[in-house]
Amino acid sequence: MRITLWINDRQQELEVTCDEFLAETLRNNGYLSVRQGCSTTSCGLCTVWMDDKPVLSCSVLSVMANGKRITTIEGVQDEARAVAGFLVGEGAEQCGFCIPGLVMTVLAMKKDLRQPTAEQIVHYLNGNLCRCSGYMGQLRGIKKYLGVE
Amino acid sequence: MNIVSKSMAKIDGMDLATGKPAYVDDLCPKEALCVKILRSPHAFAKIVTIDIEDASKVAGVACVLTHADVPGIRHTIALESYPESSPYDRLILENLVRCVGDPVAIVAAEDERTAAMALQLIKVEYEALEPVLDFEQAEGNLQIIHPESDIVTNFNIGLDARRNVASSRLEEIGDIERVLNECEVVVEHTYYTQAQAHSMLETHRAFTFLDRGRLVIVTSTQSPFHVQRLVAQSLGLPANRLRVIKPRIGGGFGGKNKALVEVFPALVTLKTGKPAKIIYSRQECFNSTTSRHAMRGRVVLGADRSGDVRAIDLQVLTDTGAYGEDSADVLVVASHNVLPIYGGPKSVRYRGTAVYTNKMPGGAFRGFGAPQSVFALESAMNELAAELKMDPTQLRLKNTIKLGQAHPFLGGSQEGKPAVVNSSTLDQCIERGKALICWDQKYPRREVEGNRVRGVGMAIAMHGTGIARVDTAAATIQLNYDGGYKLLVGASDLGTGADTILAQMAAEVLATSLENIIVYSADTDLTPYDSGAYASSTTYVTGNAVVKAARLLREEIVRGCAAIHGKSVDDLELDGQFLRTVDGAWEIPLPELAKQLVSATGKQQPAATATFGGDGSPPPYVAGFAEVEVDLETGKLDLLNFVDVIDCGTVINPNLARIQAEGGIAQGIGQTLFEDMRFDDRGEMLTDSFMKYKIPCRKDVGQILVEFLPSLEPTGPFGAKSIGEVVVHTTAPAIADALFNATGVRIRRLPITPEKVFKGLQQKWG
Amino acid sequence: MRINNYVAPDNLAEAYLVLNEHNSNTVLGGCTYLRLTSKNIDTAIDLSRLGLRYIEETADAVEIGALATYRDIEVSGILQSLFSGVLPQSVMVIVGVQFRNLATVGATVYSRYGFSDLNTALLALNPEVVLYHAGRIPMALFLEQGASKDILEKVIIPKADLRASFKYLRNSSGDYAILNVAVARSRDEWKIVVGARPFRAMIAAEASKCLSGSRLQKEDIERAAKTTADELEFGTNMRSSREYRQAVCEVLVQRAIQEVIS
Ligand SMILES: Cc1cc2nc3c(=O)[nH]c(=O)nc-3n(C[C@H](O)[C@H](O)[C@H](O)COP(=O)(O)OP(=O)(O)OC[C@H]3O[C@@H](n4cnc5c(N)ncnc54)[C@H](O)[C@@H]3O)c2cc1C
Repeated sequence: MRITLWINDRQQELEVTCDEFLAETLRNNGYLSVRQGCSTTSCGLCTVWMDDKPVLSCSVLSVMANGKRITTIEGVQDEARAVAGFLVGEGAEQCGFCIPGLVMTVLAMKKDLRQPTAEQIVHYLNGNLCRCSGYMGQLRGIKKYLGVE
Repeated sequence: MNIVSKSMAKIDGMDLATGKPAYVDDLCPKEALCVKILRSPHAFAKIVTIDIEDASKVAGVACVLTHADVPGIRHTIALESYPESSPYDRLILENLVRCVGDPVAIVAAEDERTAAMALQLIKVEYEALEPVLDFEQAEGNLQIIHPESDIVTNFNIGLDARRNVASSRLEEIGDIERVLNECEVVVEHTYYTQAQAHSMLETHRAFTFLDRGRLVIVTSTQSPFHVQRLVAQSLGLPANRLRVIKPRIGGGFGGKNKALVEVFPALVTLKTGKPAKIIYSRQECFNSTTSRHAMRGRVVLGADRSGDVRAIDLQVLTDTGAYGEDSADVLVVASHNVLPIYGGPKSVRYRGTAVYTNKMPGGAFRGFGAPQSVFALESAMNELAAELKMDPTQLRLKNTIKLGQAHPFLGGSQEGKPAVVNSSTLDQCIERGKALICWDQKYPRREVEGNRVRGVGMAIAMHGTGIARVDTAAATIQLNYDGGYKLLVGASDLGTGADTILAQMAAEVLATSLENIIVYSADTDLTPYDSGAYASSTTYVTGNAVVKAARLLREEIVRGCAAIHGKSVDDLELDGQFLRTVDGAWEIPLPELAKQLVSATGKQQPAATATFGGDGSPPPYVAGFAEVEVDLETGKLDLLNFVDVIDCGTVINPNLARIQAEGGIAQGIGQTLFEDMRFDDRGEMLTDSFMKYKIPCRKDVGQILVEFLPSLEPTGPFGAKSIGEVVVHTTAPAIADALFNATGVRIRRLPITPEKVFKGLQQKWG
Repeated sequence: MRINNYVAPDNLAEAYLVLNEHNSNTVLGGCTYLRLTSKNIDTAIDLSRLGLRYIEETADAVEIGALATYRDIEVSGILQSLFSGVLPQSVMVIVGVQFRNLATVGATVYSRYGFSDLNTALLALNPEVVLYHAGRIPMALFLEQGASKDILEKVIIPKADLRASFKYLRNSSGDYAILNVAVARSRDEWKIVVGARPFRAMIAAEASKCLSGSRLQKEDIERAAKTTADELEFGTNMRSSREYRQAVCEVLVQRAIQEVIS
């Protein structure tokens, strides 16, 4: 099927199969920040925005995304660098594999929540698994990024 | 120090954190064939026939390979230094399958769908055999898992395949029975630690292609040089026909210290001449790789009423599953990186057995046998403290090995020459941890509102730093024409920041900035040898090589300068920016000198290579403290606080070291509370997804607080020891004891689930 | 999961027609569960053009459209203020925000998942479900009977002067519940619901009745909890044993009742 996606503000006509998920489609088209860590919608690695909301791209059928705006970290590099700087400042990016999905969720959280508490941050990000960092350093960095205590 | 001991950002950090392509799959050529593996549905079976005709005929299928098509050389896939201690008990494909998930056939096709379809068309007739699934029933079982007669071992590891024993080991100081008999107090208990999945978020993967007749393997591995050697060996090729490159990798934790996947695309590329890639699904990553060895540990402790521990008897049984990878070394580590934390006992005995079963193999996993054994030993110590009515921190302080003390089990010990502790702040770590968790106020328990109660518990641990007289690393540093440096190491940065901290060390010695050092690592064609990222070795082993090389390079630069400019070597100093005469009367900027040295003027590009291998394995130490809250009505345990105070020697990069600790503790929390690899009665894994196998989420880890109390290790680079593994050890025993102190319930079998606690509460209080 | 064709009809009648054209034709929700299956779907039916994504308050009810997501429920002002907020509470702990932006109410109710947190909370609120073909039926009945090849349009929750409480026990915060409980009281009428037993959410009828007639003393609450644990069936799965679920049921039911009366 032919679909139209607005990926990072660029209109793209793409040929996809009916059972292709957005994560695959994005990767196949060069958005290599989109990774999959599971096949059970459990890990949060593949988080992108669909119409500005964070979603698991591994679970969105590409045909269902037809006509929608998709944002990957490639499309928000300036904002991403701001978050990343604080994560890297703590050494909390570690292997980095889960970080694009985390950064996309953090950026969404910034729009969703005003001055969140540590508890709210942890709750909002609970769907983003990380096996390296133990989460503490990421929380330190994100709190600094948001300017909250 | 200007650069060492500073929290430098990782040199690749921003790229990784902003999603730049850097991992295996990002680099793979688009046209690579997709490789998939047909796996055994049986835990134990003979393959009678395999019919690949239909599968081969599918349009787009490039090849289908079975055991008849691949070399039949027994080998190991454990990435260990040669001569490996792991038995050569594997074939690439074999007509006997020993666990569910064992590979049966290899399919390569133009795309994933075609490969998946072809897999389904392969018809295999199996003759199912009764599997051995319970590791406590494996030894001497009539069903023999490795009946083959051609298993090779490089030295005696106590293998007795006829009895399903992959490795066994006995060590004894003093006469254990006699000393135990003389002890006033004896406690004896048995503890179980379950298999644990590494759960790195990037699954195992590799791609291969031919470059001028040589096979190039780009792989997510921890030890590229061992991959090169072992894959070459299993294919019957000389190692120099292979080039192995490790790009950025998405976590390893020991799980990628196996040559699990490389050989499959390699065979396809050799057969078809085309690039080929394999990416394990999460399910395969769970059920067709390796896990932490499940272990039973029986501990007998003998002590005086005053709390002096006189005797330690530890007997462990580990489940190595279908193959013996790392089974022998795990038995060593479960002893040598655990028992020498107590210096007092007159007698110590260790007996270890690793048995084959028809389950997914055990293998290297951060801690490598030690966390299991620490859970047993430290839990027993806590039980002894309870028996003696003594504060467990006091019991520890009374018995810890002290600076300058020797222990024959310490890494680097030789017959009659026990190794000595040259650096330790262990006792201070205990004291500091007590203060941080407010032990004196909180021990043993406090009631909180309603049906909840809080308790604290603790444990201590040690580890090693590299494997003495086995693992080695080399480093090459070159002065570039522009006055900057190039650092080449074979070491594998797993995301831990190895490239960064090695560059920090080089920069410190060369008195330059971190930006002035280009690091290239982990490529068997271009970087010097390194045994790999395991055994907590990179900072110490490779670090020492880097420091050595940097020092040599300084001399080389001075020599080059002296030769061109007619100065005396003794009269010149390098301060990073300039070479100067000692009196300061003459100087030359380094970039200018560098240009002269590489040009016709000098014809001498300064470079130095140095190799290091440790004669010892200096132990890092940690004291861990847990505070838990328990719901007395449901048994649900919440971890509130975990404090680790760590002596890893000089902390080369405090931020990165802290994350190592916090990450290790979180993995320990997972093992203690949530992670439980389960199999059904046919040997099939039930927990093969993140939906069923729960690693800790953000909300699960409580507050983790890490502090360092560095000693100065005389043999370490800038005084450093290791940190990567020791940090997983204390969580389980500390949490288990916090639970006990809170509720009186003792759990000796991990994980500590609400249901087990609930049952314990019922038994205890009715 | 494999899909041969994809359609996005613009009215329910057509969607229903397509659904029943072929045995393997399937309605799509957020696909979070579908993607775990190995279904071979002939035609996949996308409902997103049918205007089913809403949470609306009418004079005497709240209507939740089939395509409302967990996240819609979580952040809905209406649902945060009504029914003691049990619906947002029941979904907000599930996986992560990026998951909750996909998973839909229609799929959850229609599929009658045993583990479901939302269904437990919903059931306590006495709702009705509207199916395209079978029409409007009480959710309790629907959970018992199920439906075949139908499409769930919406869930209608009557507005009532009601206090409710939702409780669960999970080990890891990212795991399914070992057990979940919802209790609601509207005037003197109580409803006790238990789900993840691991079977489907169910009303503990006898316990609800005995609580409704009682004076809500400590013994009454304990008896209601005990009756709940006795009258419902529990089972064993990898998360817990039958016995443990039964024991935890008593605890959670008591706590939920306490919360409602406090
Ligand atoms: C990792 C993981 C963890 C989870 N944890 C929890 C948890 O803790 N608690 C919990 O309650 N749930 C949990 N869930 C389950 C979650 O509730 C389901 O995934 C969700 O309900 C499915 O919603 P969906 O919209 O994605 O459904 P889909 O996957 O799209 O559809 C599911 C089924 O419903 C059918 N369907 C969809 N919409 C309709 C409709 N309008 N009418 C008729 N049929 C329809 C589909 O045909 C399909 O058969 C978890 C799921 C996962 C994957």
